[in-house]
Amino acid sequence: MNLAGLFSNSGLPDSVAAIESAALRSDRFRLEREADWQRLEAIVSRMEKGRLRRLSDEDLLALPGLYRTVASSLSIARETSLDAATLAYLEGLVQRAWFVVYGPRSSLWDWLRGFLGGGWSAAVRTIWLDILVALAVMVAGTAVGWLLVAHDVDWYHALVGGDMAGGRVPGATPEALRRTLFGEADRNGMSLFATQLFSNNSQVSILAFALGFAFGIPSLLLLIHNMAMLGAMLWLYNGAGLLVDFAGWLAVHGTTELFAILLAGAAGLHIGRALAFPGNRPVLQATAEAGRRAALVMTGVVLMLIVAALLEGFARQLVDQTFGRFAIGGFMLTLWCAYFFAFRGNRGKVRSA
Amino acid sequence: MSVVPTRYRRTRQDRVLVTPEGISVPVTVASRGARAGALILDFVVILVLMGLTTWGLIEIAGGVSGIDRNLDQKNALGHALQFLVILWVVAMFLFRNAYFLFFELGPRGATPGKRIVGIRIAARDGGRLTAEMVIARNLLRDIELFLPIVFIMQAGAESGMGWLAATGWLAIFLLMPLFNRDGLRAGDMIAGTWVLERPRQKLEAAMSVGSPAPVPAEQQPDAPRAGDTRRHYRFEEAELAVYGEYELQALERVLRDDRSHSLENVYQTIAHKIGRTDGWNDERTFLEDYYTQLRARLEAGMRMGRRKADKFSGTQG
Repeated sequence: MNLAGLFSNSGLPDSVAAIESAALRSDRFRLEREADWQRLEAIVSRMEKGRLRRLSDEDLLALPGLYRTVASSLSIARETSLDAATLAYLEGLVQRAWFVVYGPRSSLWDWLRGFLGGGWSAAVRTIWLDILVALAVMVAGTAVGWLLVAHDVDWYHALVGGDMAGGRVPGATPEALRRTLFGEADRNGMSLFATQLFSNNSQVSILAFALGFAFGIPSLLLLIHNMAMLGAMLWLYNGAGLLVDFAGWLAVHGTTELFAILLAGAAGLHIGRALAFPGNRPVLQATAEAGRRAALVMTGVVLMLIVAALLEGFARQLVDQTFGRFAIGGFMLTLWCAYFFAFRGNRGKVRSA
Repeated sequence: MSVVPTRYRRTRQDRVLVTPEGISVPVTVASRGARAGALILDFVVILVLMGLTTWGLIEIAGGVSGIDRNLDQKNALGHALQFLVILWVVAMFLFRNAYFLFFELGPRGATPGKRIVGIRIAARDGGRLTAEMVIARNLLRDIELFLPIVFIMQAGAESGMGWLAATGWLAIFLLMPLFNRDGLRAGDMIAGTWVLERPRQKLEAAMSVGSPAPVPAEQQPDAPRAGDTRRHYRFEEAELAVYGEYELQALERVLRDDRSHSLENVYQTIAHKIGRTDGWNDERTFLEDYYTQLRARLEAGMRMGRRKADKFSGTQG
């Protein structure tokens, strides 16, 4: 040990008296610092009980310094003291203070500000490869849905569930189909429906994200299934000559909603990819890093779904013609693309938050 | 937690975590039972919250039958009811998804259920617990628990393969904490977090300074009172050299527990080993003095870089 050099001249104390005086050294060490320890403990206890308001500014300012003092006390005590109670106390105290000092610091509000001001778009840009893959899968899913139904109409019922389809089934007259697209302005309970839909869609996107844990494959399957449903419906309206109108009906909220589902699937895929190909890092670390990036994207996805539900519930009822619907949908798409890929924001602030 | 510091108490749940300052802190991974208990408590809280909200909103709306009749009306009452139902849907969504987020993002890093059983979440790398981690670990809860449970309840056992798949799924994710050392569930792996026990440790009086702990009279009627007439024992170097740190910790534990039976046993052992008989009927004082002097000797050795782990090891240079 390096301490041996310092004390080499004094040698081992021979007499019992010398041992006695040295014995007190670890206790003197403790008595000198006990006040600091107990002050830290008082602060930490109050913070653990959630009484942040009652904490004075001095105590809050002193917290990091006290934490380091006690941590260094622990380091010293480990090398010089055999007082098991003191060691156990210090270990416990350092751990509790570590929880507080390195706990979630940013309030939900601060975090949200950094998130909207660049953190979200930065996270979206980092998973660009997964977004491209998910986009390709979604396009392929739509094509598959269309082709399947075009080949055999029975597929329609397999792809689009009964309660989802409603009146939109093969063999419905073009008039009936047209009625599903226009004239919703006086339907009631629409806002209600939108909220319900939002809750449901959020759950679907969370699912697409969470399924990334199985190497991302279920995420892709989920995307394919949902887009095949869309492809089948496109085919149905195309048969009635209403393809453009249906696209407009969908575009109002669909550009936002499908974008959100795309991001959710890409986030799931991102995790799956990190699990399957961790590179040089340990697999758990790679997964955790990917998971945190994907979680940022996912929080944004939930926000996008809220916007989509609002558009679906209100904007689509108010704008009852195809051109206006395309205008809204196109505007939203441009807005999202600009926000994600052109907006750089205050990244520095976000990283430190 | 017992009095013994973690390095003398190797159990299967102890880990060492290195803080950003480079200090290794021993931590204890929360047991799976504690986590299951915390989860059940949280579910109870969520269910109660959901029930109260539903009941409160129905009360405001004026009973279920009224809602059915008035919901589709295009008047102020109909709109107000619609608003209440929207409020209900949003509240249910928040209870299900935001409950864990809200509490784990607080300074305590634990939901009410976790706090009751005394555990909390922390970053596995010893760094800061960030909002992204908390969000990621809670998003995964959906596929771990809610989704397969809902699926099983909807499908029922008669759906054959589907039911089997959902049950297998639930089993894999639910039992995942059993298959790794740190009890990580899938959400913990994704987020880079783990669940630790919250330490509670009062600073106890040092054994070697101040007066010895008062002995309750009813426990130890025959024990001699420590006071002005306290005897002092001196031990020779050779008498102290027989024991090491491990025995010192054991002796400290016995002194703190302060049970006459074990005190006597330990006294017998030590007295026999070092060949002294003068502490008869004064075991506690004898042992206290022996503890103080043994600790002094061992700590002096520590400062010289010589440690003696236990009675079997010689002093290491």
